[in-house]
Amino acid sequence: MESSNYVSTTNACKLCTPLGASLAFRGIEDCVPFLHGSQGCATYMRRYIISHFREPMDIASSALGEKQAVFGGGPNLKKGLLNVMKKYGAKVVGVATTCLTETIGDDVPSILDEFRKEFADLPLPAIVHAATPSYSGTHADGWREAMRATVDALVVDQVEANGTVNIFPSLISCEDTRHLKDIFTSYGVKATILPDLSETLDGPVLEDYRPIPSGGTPLSAIRAMSGARASIELGRTLAGLPTAGRVLADRFAIPRHSLGLPIGLRETDALCKVLEELSGREMPREMQLERGRLVDALVDGHKYIFGKRAVVYGEEDLVIGLVSFLSEIGVRPVLAATGGKGKAFGRAIEAVTRDILPEPCRAVEGVDFHDIAEQAQELAPDLMVGHSKGYSYAKEWNVPLVRVGFPIHDRFGGQRTLHVGYRGAQTMLDRVINAVLDKTQTDNPIGYGYL
Amino acid sequence: MNSAVLEERQDQVHRIGEGEFAMACNRDSLAGAVSQRACVFCGSRVVLYPIADALHLVHGPIGCAVYTWDIRGALSSGPELHRMSFSTDLQEKDVIFGGEKKLAAALSELIDRHSPKAAFVYSTCIVGLIGDDVESVCRKMSAEKGIPVIPVQSEGFKGNKREGYAAACKAMMRLVGTGDISGISPLSLNILGDFNLAGEIWIIRGYLERMGIQTVANVTGDGRVNDICRAHGAALNVVQCSGSTMDLALMMKEQFGTPFIRASYLGIEDMAESLYAIAEFFKDQDPGIVARTQDVVRDELSRLMPELGQYRKDLEGKRAAIYVGGAFKAFSLIKAFRHLGMKVVLVGSQTGTQEDYEELASIADPGTVIVDDSNPLELSAFIKEQGVDIFVGGVKERPIAYKLGVGFCDHNHERKRALEGFEGMLNFAQEVHSTVMSPVWRFTPRWGKNVAQGSGPREE
Ligand code: SF4
Ligand code: SF4
Repeated sequence: MESSNYVSTTNACKLCTPLGASLAFRGIEDCVPFLHGSQGCATYMRRYIISHFREPMDIASSALGEKQAVFGGGPNLKKGLLNVMKKYGAKVVGVATTCLTETIGDDVPSILDEFRKEFADLPLPAIVHAATPSYSGTHADGWREAMRATVDALVVDQVEANGTVNIFPSLISCEDTRHLKDIFTSYGVKATILPDLSETLDGPVLEDYRPIPSGGTPLSAIRAMSGARASIELGRTLAGLPTAGRVLADRFAIPRHSLGLPIGLRETDALCKVLEELSGREMPREMQLERGRLVDALVDGHKYIFGKRAVVYGEEDLVIGLVSFLSEIGVRPVLAATGGKGKAFGRAIEAVTRDILPEPCRAVEGVDFHDIAEQAQELAPDLMVGHSKGYSYAKEWNVPLVRVGFPIHDRFGGQRTLHVGYRGAQTMLDRVINAVLDKTQTDNPIGYGYL
Repeated sequence: MNSAVLEERQDQVHRIGEGEFAMACNRDSLAGAVSQRACVFCGSRVVLYPIADALHLVHGPIGCAVYTWDIRGALSSGPELHRMSFSTDLQEKDVIFGGEKKLAAALSELIDRHSPKAAFVYSTCIVGLIGDDVESVCRKMSAEKGIPVIPVQSEGFKGNKREGYAAACKAMMRLVGTGDISGISPLSLNILGDFNLAGEIWIIRGYLERMGIQTVANVTGDGRVNDICRAHGAALNVVQCSGSTMDLALMMKEQFGTPFIRASYLGIEDMAESLYAIAEFFKDQDPGIVARTQDVVRDELSRLMPELGQYRKDLEGKRAAIYVGGAFKAFSLIKAFRHLGMKVVLVGSQTGTQEDYEELASIADPGTVIVDDSNPLELSAFIKEQGVDIFVGGVKERPIAYKLGVGFCDHNHERKRALEGFEGMLNFAQEVHSTVMSPVWRFTPRWGKNVAQGSGPREE
């Protein structure tokens, strides 16, 4: 696996671990994400998240100061929890540690135990603790770890079999989550999806401010995961990592299906195949039509984009899905880049492109935009596919940027970007083709009216 | 008192007309309350960030650097090195064995690659804990590369933004006094505390030029290392904003005897008064300057006022809430809203001092709520209670306003439109108008309800 040649990091292509954890905790009903660390981290992350979703995003903080950094953050953590209970009436508090508290070595599990004993007379929320130092991992890891920790802490009793299927996706958009739910419903599969940001970070306008936005995976549904008939994890790198699905497999012997994020035709087919098995039903007609229309569109549009060279970057699982999709439509992904490292990224890229790309796509991990730019120079891309932070490079190279994933800070509607399912592939196909056409038209002095 | 206010915060909220004015402020943020405040690092970064030909290296894990990548519209007329985000991206082994080697290597690599005029190295929380000797690494790299390499002691947990401002000023003070000051006009000044958001410092420099005054250093909007090095050659420091660069002005006064005056470029009176104060300072040397300044103001106003009147017609009687970083901005905004015929009913800041709040209280109308270091719950309760038509704040406040169906104006570091100067006042009026007068509010649930005492959305 190729990696960066430099010591310094320039314009990172990753975010810090607690950000991913905070986002994921936001997808649990009545949950307040809580960072154990100094105030600054929480404020920065809130700002970053808000600029994408355009929704309130409260992240509480234990707001450690110099004293606590020396003597330990326990008292502040406890005080913070009490305040969050009082002000938010949270049913769940998702405590993620930060670099600061990991470095001073706060023993968060014991602090939380003490807290539970000390305030046993109060109606305490469920408290989940995720260890998320940023000096090991990225926001993708934070997301995964938060959900692993949630299941680990909350799914402890074996409940009666309830026929549901647990779904654990890697970071996806609100619209993706809504669409996934529709897909499961259309198969008649009762699914619990964790986390669920579809309403908490894309909700209606209100008359009264809600301390915690409505929506999210209910605590009761999470507790009932032990009675599920299967778990599906969406994200190819999850298979080899400690995950929520693995906890459930180990603890309750719940079969675990490891799939890619259902991006593009083949990865969506793979999901549908599992759903067909689980439900005993054929693909519903509505989806068959969607699939048919997608293939029809692939045919109609193939010439516009054949052989176009794409640089793809972002979180591992998203990039793998995108590369899979782009290869299917005739685009040539020439570089798949991620800021994360130490996962089966290269192998997964190879797996989704092996039988479809004429030449392998170069996969690099642990890189920043300086590395990406350096490589791209020789690769001469025609387009970029990734989040909005690649914009300055796309501008410099004068190539279109198709904005997907998180964050999208310079366009409207990032939370409503659809990537998954046949419908997501259809939307992205339209966007990729139109990006290419837009450039053709802009660059051409004739100004063709038909393209 | 409002029930959304945590008990321990009751003395950080005040209502004009209810009892003696007393306000507790500059406290550490309360654990578990979602503060809108940032950290020391954030304060330093804000102040130094616009220096466009310097390398800004964030020493720490990745987050602190990546969240500040090109986040502000601080424009440069030349180099744009400040728009990149550099980090040492400390990993677990660095945290265990120390990050000094990595820091030196990163500095060397980046200085060779970009040939900056100086480098600032920001310490983040972790660095304060693992005990890296940043100072000595910087000294060594400075000698090796022949440029100033300056440590900024901005460990996040060592306070709030304010301490960060001080650390930034200390860092800049290492540059001031090292440059050649020959050829500087006696009619010269430094602009302190302006960050050239959306090109604002260019507007101010334009006025000064018409008055016949040379600007030596921009601190720090469109800033250059060499200008800061020769800032001590200017006759006067003009300091905007109560917090961010006051320390530098005080240090320069002590060390170089450079006098300073305060200024604000927001709103009509404050802009004009600032220019007159500058003219006043120089009038003994150049008596003509007063007339030239009057010309500038007259010119600008004759263009501005008729246009402003258009907006005022629509905006008369609407109600505004202000929540900003520094209190100085709130003063100007209250006056600016009055020019639009609007009333400010809620005002607060993240980092105001006792004197700031006393001054706010003295210019605010009865019934106005004043808050220090507030949070979303509190703010939303006050917005509702006060029947607010528009909320002025930063990007973190925007979703609160919008969620409740209230108009919003971004008055923070991320704004993309110039709001300073006379032309900035016009932009401000347009901004306010474009949100207050939008038809969309009538579709929100708040519309048609009897919103407290406000003029706010109502069926007509
Ligand atoms: S200290 Fe760690 S948790 Fe905080 S912003 Fe920096 S990287 Fe993220
Ligand atoms: S509080 Fe510390 S770790 Fe967090 S953003 Fe500020 S400097 Fe970085």
